Amino acid sequence: MKTTKDRLKKTVENFYLVLIMIFLYAPIATLMVLSFSNSKSRTQWGGFTLRWYGEMFESSTIMAALQNTLIIAFTSALIATVIGTAAAIAINSMKPLPKTVIMGITNIPMLNADIVTGISLMLAFIAFGISLGFETILIAHITFNIPYVILSVMPKLKQTNKSVYEAAMDLGAPPIQAFFKVVFPDILPGVLSGFLLAFTMSLDDFIITHFTKGAGINTLSTLIYSEVRRGIKPSMYALSTIIFVTVLILLIVTNFAPHRKLPHLRHGALRNEGGQ
Amino acid sequence: MSSLIDLVNVSKSFDGTLVLDDLNLSVKENTFVTLLGPSGCGKTTTLRIIGGFERADKGKVIFDGQDISSLPPNKRQLNTVFQKYALFTHMNIAENIAFGLKIKNKPKAYIQDKIRYALKLVNLDGYESRSVDSLSGGQQQRIAIARAIVNEPRVLLLDEPLGALDLKLRQDMQYELIRLKNELGITFIYVTHDQEEALTMSDTIVVMNQGYIQQTGTPEQIYNEPENAFVADFIGESNILHGTMIRDELVEIFGARFACVDKGFGTNMPVDVVIRPEDIDLVSPDEGILKGVCTHLIFKGVHYEMEVTTPDGFEWLVHSTDMCPVGKEVGIRVDPFDIQIMNKPASEDEEAVGLNE
Ligand SMILES: Nc1ncnc2c1ncn2[C@@H]1O[C@H](COP(=O)(O)OP(=O)(O)OP(=O)(O)O)[C@@H](O)[C@H]1O
Ligand SMILES: [Mg+2]
Repeated sequence: MKTTKDRLKKTVENFYLVLIMIFLYAPIATLMVLSFSNSKSRTQWGGFTLRWYGEMFESSTIMAALQNTLIIAFTSALIATVIGTAAAIAINSMKPLPKTVIMGITNIPMLNADIVTGISLMLAFIAFGISLGFETILIAHITFNIPYVILSVMPKLKQTNKSVYEAAMDLGAPPIQAFFKVVFPDILPGVLSGFLLAFTMSLDDFIITHFTKGAGINTLSTLIYSEVRRGIKPSMYALSTIIFVTVLILLIVTNFAPHRKLPHLRHGALRNEGGQ
Repeated sequence: MSSLIDLVNVSKSFDGTLVLDDLNLSVKENTFVTLLGPSGCGKTTTLRIIGGFERADKGKVIFDGQDISSLPPNKRQLNTVFQKYALFTHMNIAENIAFGLKIKNKPKAYIQDKIRYALKLVNLDGYESRSVDSLSGGQQQRIAIARAIVNEPRVLLLDEPLGALDLKLRQDMQYELIRLKNELGITFIYVTHDQEEALTMSDTIVVMNQGYIQQTGTPEQIYNEPENAFVADFIGESNILHGTMIRDELVEIFGARFACVDKGFGTNMPVDVVIRPEDIDLVSPDEGILKGVCTHLIFKGVHYEMEVTTPDGFEWLVHSTDMCPVGKEVGIRVDPFDIQIMNKPASEDEEAVGLNE
């Protein structure tokens, strides 16, 4: 039997939860609603329409930006996953002290404010005489993605029993084959979630891209930014909605996919790893 | 019979600490050799050097007459059963067992036959498609053994393979392993720190301490004729006493003279004397060579465990099926051939771990 007090407690709890949800999601919900509104007014509902979505898909600038975004996200995530996984394996086999030091160093770029990372990358590119453009965005994204991959592969590596690798060699497998046959399947979930995380981070990034992109090339986020400065078009709402939904889906997939223990973004990840 | 594996002057250190010091070991074909010693004495390191997972700093590993010191593990004709089984959890049992054979590109039919044969051998017929996680510890251990033996190694290395099992299962597996060894005719090099296990299973026991081999011999030799106090103390329970060798076949302990069978220790030389608790006869005070008072009595099932304190304060551990109540005065007698005389430890290393308790 529930007492009145219990019921009251429950009500208050639920009310609080709803309040938080409203704070978090009201702005995004507004954006999404407006993206379907058949009126350019930001305060009035003009009836349901898919017009802005249509306009968006017809715009060649938007489509070019979308293409850039996807290519950069995919390529940078892929390269960062290869480099990050190799790095994690190397770090994992180090002695405790160097391991702690290196893990600390890999964490710094994640703690660093994006604007600092962005500006320093830009300065570095200019200093080395690399002209800003598609390649520089790609390099920048690979750079900031590597730590995320390391952080998602590391826990998996720690769980794998070292003698499994030795057992494979004992049974006749040369080192590389031993790695791909028995170690890699064990860390694969970590590698995959590292890839998805890197992909999401790249998709999501504005500041670092902004500083490293140079003129004449845009990703979705930088495009939205420059369009918004010229006056907001409802097709930007549609675009933002699509970006939001995509990132949301990716995050849900990385976090809830079975057997997939992802270090929870940024600070959570640092807390888990920092001590080791 | 010539030896199959020889370790020649093998030394190994980790981070400046010497773990194996100039070790020499020779293993004959088709024997069950056990490396026995306390934790940290270098047993696993020795095994890993044989398996190729560690390189010796100095010395050689000879296999069947050939120097294999620099051969990687995958090129050595031996297989290892790891302490924590190290099964491949993303493969089923059949795939685990087939792993080595697939790497060697054996034909499918041959592999199938081998899997069936190996599972039968370890009494797990029909487990082909089970997952690793669904097996108990003892079953996983047997799969680990099956996975190793299908490759028909000439030597099987086992590092405390029964360490994680409970007593009953451990005893069953001990017999199982002896049976396997006899059926397959392969050489076993077995690591344990359990002296009973070593005595039960081995043809040869190698007692190690602090990176040195203390004694090599059959279980009977190791138990009945320990060469030094460390071995005597480590293998089974024993009374280790300071004595003086008066002359051949006569030793003095706490002022009393005992007849013994050992010769060649010189005259009036200090020696260590080992007497097993079950070799002490309790008699009436007048008949004993030494007199003492029973100060402890525990019933152990097969026998009574007693402590008899002699006037000098030494507590003699005695095992007997006859009971002596606490407080009663008794005499101690020992038959001459039950007294084992040993030289005092030569090195300080041995001294440090041997007799100080
Ligand atoms: N990879 C390594 N790095 C540093 N020290 C090591 C390494 N492997 C072993 N040692 C040290 O070498 C010594 C001997 O270790 P080893 O594992 O051979 O002992 P063991 O006889 O197998 O002991 P146990 O019965 O506890 O398994 C120990 O002091 C251990 O700390
Ligand atoms: Mg060990």
